[in-house]
Amino acid sequence: MSAETVISVEAVSKKYRLGMISSGTLHEDLSRGWARLRGKPDPRMKIGGHGSGFDEAGLLWALRDVDLHAERGEVLGVIGRNGAGKSTLLKILSRVTAPSSGQVKLKGRLASLLEVGTGFHPELTGRDNIYLNGAILGMSRREVTRRFDEIVQFAEVEEFVDTPVKRYSSGMYVRLAFAVAAHIDPDILLVDEVLAVGDAAFQRKCIGRMGAVASEGRTVLVVSHNMATIDSLCTRCILIERGSVAGDGQPAAVIRQYLEAADAAVEGEASLVEHEHRLPGMSSYLTRVRLLNADGQVTSTYVQGAQIVVEIAYDASECALPLAGAGIIVTGASGARVGGFNTYMAQAPPHAVPQAGVIRFTIKGPCFAPGAFWVTVSLGTHPRNLVDKVEHALGFSVLPRDIYETGYLLTPEDGVVAFSCEVEYDPAAGLV
Amino acid sequence: MRSKAPRTGADDWTQTIRPKRHWWDLRLGELWNARELVALFVWRDFVSLYKQTILGPLWYVVQPLLTTIVFTIIFGRIAKLSTDGMPQFLFYMAGTVVWSYFSTCLTKTSQTFIANANVFGKVYFPRMAVPLSVVLSTMIGFLIQFLLFCGFVVYYMVTGTAVQPNAYALLLPVLVLLMAGLGLGFGVIVSALTTRYRDLQYLVVFGTQLAMYLTPIVYPLSSVHGKLHLLVLANPMTSIVETFRKGFLGVGDARWTMLAYTAVFTVVLLLVGSLLFNRVERTFMDTV
Repeated sequence: MSAETVISVEAVSKKYRLGMISSGTLHEDLSRGWARLRGKPDPRMKIGGHGSGFDEAGLLWALRDVDLHAERGEVLGVIGRNGAGKSTLLKILSRVTAPSSGQVKLKGRLASLLEVGTGFHPELTGRDNIYLNGAILGMSRREVTRRFDEIVQFAEVEEFVDTPVKRYSSGMYVRLAFAVAAHIDPDILLVDEVLAVGDAAFQRKCIGRMGAVASEGRTVLVVSHNMATIDSLCTRCILIERGSVAGDGQPAAVIRQYLEAADAAVEGEASLVEHEHRLPGMSSYLTRVRLLNADGQVTSTYVQGAQIVVEIAYDASECALPLAGAGIIVTGASGARVGGFNTYMAQAPPHAVPQAGVIRFTIKGPCFAPGAFWVTVSLGTHPRNLVDKVEHALGFSVLPRDIYETGYLLTPEDGVVAFSCEVEYDPAAGLV
Repeated sequence: MRSKAPRTGADDWTQTIRPKRHWWDLRLGELWNARELVALFVWRDFVSLYKQTILGPLWYVVQPLLTTIVFTIIFGRIAKLSTDGMPQFLFYMAGTVVWSYFSTCLTKTSQTFIANANVFGKVYFPRMAVPLSVVLSTMIGFLIQFLLFCGFVVYYMVTGTAVQPNAYALLLPVLVLLMAGLGLGFGVIVSALTTRYRDLQYLVVFGTQLAMYLTPIVYPLSSVHGKLHLLVLANPMTSIVETFRKGFLGVGDARWTMLAYTAVFTVVLLLVGSLLFNRVERTFMDTV
């Protein structure tokens, strides 16, 4: 099949001017102007995520001179850190916002799936919402009617088609929303992170559907943080760093490049002094959490089987009671608890830990399955009395490796831990 | 990099996204293609209203009735304002029904960007589809209220009051169109400006309430004189209200010149509104 370019991004830049961000009321504008007059920093300035920054002129370049061409039938993965510009690229392609300079040329109909269920109305039935959502996504009434049964079947909501979606379980809601989007039949499909929804079986179905879309000669552009998905689904991958294309090529190679770059960054570290996930009623004794690799370097990505070190720093000298222990809990991206460890497990009573300092937990097993994980950390004066606990204090991701040496790479659908099993075959026993 | 120059000619592209487009490029063709979407929005608004409340569409009836009763008591009985010899109840109801359509269109469309920020941030469709659908779905409410009003007109006629509906009533579609245009025009301008200044949202609600007193709703145009008369005449809603009363009650100051003024005003307003809206919709997502 001769290659035909269907997406052509030419020297596209997107910049945000200081004043454009988070402008709300006239009062805010005035206070901003006043601050500028006095030479003080903008009180309303919004700071971007990692990899972003305002330059001297007060401009934030979300994208800078991005050139990109995608061919028909390609499944193009886009990876990069938060704030690197992935979502901005998707928004420009889907026309939600306009580029500051450069131009984008597209061939064929484009549908964007930046969120599932955009425009769903809770009071309307599943049937009504299919038509409404379809129309918002650019389908004509006739097209929706033609594919209606397929959509309902895909979403597995046959019995509830005439029930208002407000009565749907969140799983059903998401399935229906994805089903509509998956049946738009665009020439170009943009997908942002929506694969992170639904149960494992449905995720598998969604990925299958995207593969099918691509095999029909359509083009898919996926933005995801899930390296396993990108690796298994995409035919090509692009790495975006600080608003520019930093890598382009085979998914495996680009993912490696991304991870090496990510390793160099300080993502595997978080200050806990003021953390949004500190449980109510807790005292801020935990000050920092870091993730280290076997060499003692800070990281947030591990290849399967690699040693993971969680290091917590704390200062509870103001605590009236002596500290007795500290612990960590690891949860999967879906919220399932993988397990945890604490100092009470490590030593028999009496329990005591220093009132301030650093504690390192080296996780030797089990072997995590590929995917994203969260670390929750806590301090206590008694196994049943916590004084500080920060949930989801820090995240890390685990990348697939051929741990079984059979070429079978696990995906997040295979669970949160990788089993280690021996298989025995006994052909004679089955014949009895 | 694997990026390579496009092999195909520029004319093959179905769509080009550029930083700016000409200010007069309103993409009306795109809006026309989205007519099914507009229809679905109208239908959604109507159906969801039915389902959310116990009284449902009954609210359409209760609201003008109560307003009319209050107006009749305050402006009719207590202040004893002239109603050009019309039964006070009918006089105020005519004004209320007309004004509530206009003001609802205005306030609802003025919230376009704020209320739909979530959807607008996720998917593209011609943004104008939203205010258009609002004006249309509000029309359903107006029709219900209008029928209620007609019922009272018939009642007063049967009971022998001097109410004389006449040929001016045939102008109703024109009047509704003008009101829709005015409401849409003002609303769209405000919605474009509210993306920058949220304060305007409150000003709009407050402003339309005050603007009602600059419109002959609780008084007839004939009772205003001097400079105030000119001010009320300059209000594009004035001719609509007066013509409406003339048509259905037989008393009112219906003048073609005034209607023509309103029509020109509406067209200019819509044009300005569309241009402003058009400018804002491209980069609106960067400001919220």
